[in-house]
Amino acid sequence: MRREVPLVLTAMVGLTMIIAHFIPPFNILKDLFEDWFFIIAAFAIYLGVLNLIRVNADKIYRKSRDWPFGIVVILGFLVITIPGLFFSGGRSFSDPGTSFYFLYIHVYYPLSATMFALLAFFVASASYRAFRARNVEATMLLAAAFILMLGRVPIGDWITAWLPEGYRMGNAADWIMDFPQTAGQRAIMIGIALGVVSSALRVILGLERAMGGD
Amino acid sequence: MNQENNQEVKSIWEKLLSIDRRIIFLFIAVAVAVPLFFKLSMRIPVTPVAQGTYQAIESLPAGSKVLASFDYDPGSMPELQPMAEAFFRHAFRNDLKVIIMGLWPQGPLQANIALEEVFQDEDIKAKSLQYGIDYVNLGFTAGNEVVIDRMGHSFEESYPKDGQGTPLSEIPLMRGVRNYDNVDLIFNLSAGYPGTQEWVQYAVDVFHVKLAAGNTAVQAPAMYPYVQTGQLSGVLGGMKGGAEYETLLGIPGRAVRYMFSQAVAHAVICMFIIIGNLAFFSIRKRKKTS
Repeated sequence: MRREVPLVLTAMVGLTMIIAHFIPPFNILKDLFEDWFFIIAAFAIYLGVLNLIRVNADKIYRKSRDWPFGIVVILGFLVITIPGLFFSGGRSFSDPGTSFYFLYIHVYYPLSATMFALLAFFVASASYRAFRARNVEATMLLAAAFILMLGRVPIGDWITAWLPEGYRMGNAADWIMDFPQTAGQRAIMIGIALGVVSSALRVILGLERAMGGD
Repeated sequence: MNQENNQEVKSIWEKLLSIDRRIIFLFIAVAVAVPLFFKLSMRIPVTPVAQGTYQAIESLPAGSKVLASFDYDPGSMPELQPMAEAFFRHAFRNDLKVIIMGLWPQGPLQANIALEEVFQDEDIKAKSLQYGIDYVNLGFTAGNEVVIDRMGHSFEESYPKDGQGTPLSEIPLMRGVRNYDNVDLIFNLSAGYPGTQEWVQYAVDVFHVKLAAGNTAVQAPAMYPYVQTGQLSGVLGGMKGGAEYETLLGIPGRAVRYMFSQAVAHAVICMFIIIGNLAFFSIRKRKKTS
């Protein structure tokens, strides 16, 4: 039963969603399943929070490796959540002037932006070490990257200002984006779509073993 | 003597190839930070894909309703926040009504930050915009693409209340707005999933609504096929897209200002790639000869 019930439920919901797309009267069932999805999605947030606390509390209790970071996680969670829930005017917690907004702007905002900004340094270092014209394919990739990196910023047009309008680095970058890049993207998209269809069919038909927890 | 020189040159290339990554980090930090102190005006060429987004908003008559979905977080702020500010300036300048929402929890907050910035402009101040009449922030709802799908039938099913807890029926701007049929354009700022791709698949393809977007530079290339097929009116890609949008608006903002910094950083990365390849080929040649 532990295997069969989830499989039947999945097949039923999956087939209903497909049928509803083509036969409108089935939309009633589709809407019902979507309502269930909203409820599950909302509860998933609470589940995530509980899991975060449980995992980190357990880590601290057992004094596992890097356990002090668990304290930081739980403190960070409480420092953002408590002002948001109790000291930020209820539902208007995200309005400018509330304590939650203050914490968001002065703590979360710079921390999150910093994490992402670090990428620039690693990309530069990785480019230096990995971008080598070892063979024809790598050289083509390198040339395309070079044109795009310079052509997507005004410096590319400065360097090639001596060329006639329409043949400068910026135009070359646009051409790469519009044709080879788009063609490649489209091929990837179609491939992914076909893969998704086949995976969905496997799940609906109960052929996907991972679904049953196997 | 020649052999000694050769040996010395060889060691320089080898040293360059195994350069400490902290030196590269230092160069990048200087390349990004120093140009920020210079106010250099740069000519920003506008691409047709950016023009498409601008035109989709510009062509709307005054009073049109735009649903703006903010699907990003502060991590993508340098690229998408200038677009958000430019979008609000554009929309309010043209007297458009803006319905804000977010499929990412941080999205509606990012919209509030952009609004706070835009409301400092004298010409926007002069318009005395009012919440609930000129713009409304519906907030965040969990559910990703299912939210998009449900909004095609009824906004109220996904958002019974706005971000402040006011029922939609009591908000003047939302009166007469039942679903996508009652909005003239969707504008999406996206940094990943759920984002522009989901808006195309669940709103544009199913409900035939018009969509324009702004994406991070990493995500934008994946949107080009949708622009070519007309499913997407246009896409602003990364900081460059933001700078193009500001140029089209005639209000150079942060994206235009930061382009110099990005340009220098790109040039430095290219320089490192050239040095890396010169070192690589030089060492390979020496190895072959020896």
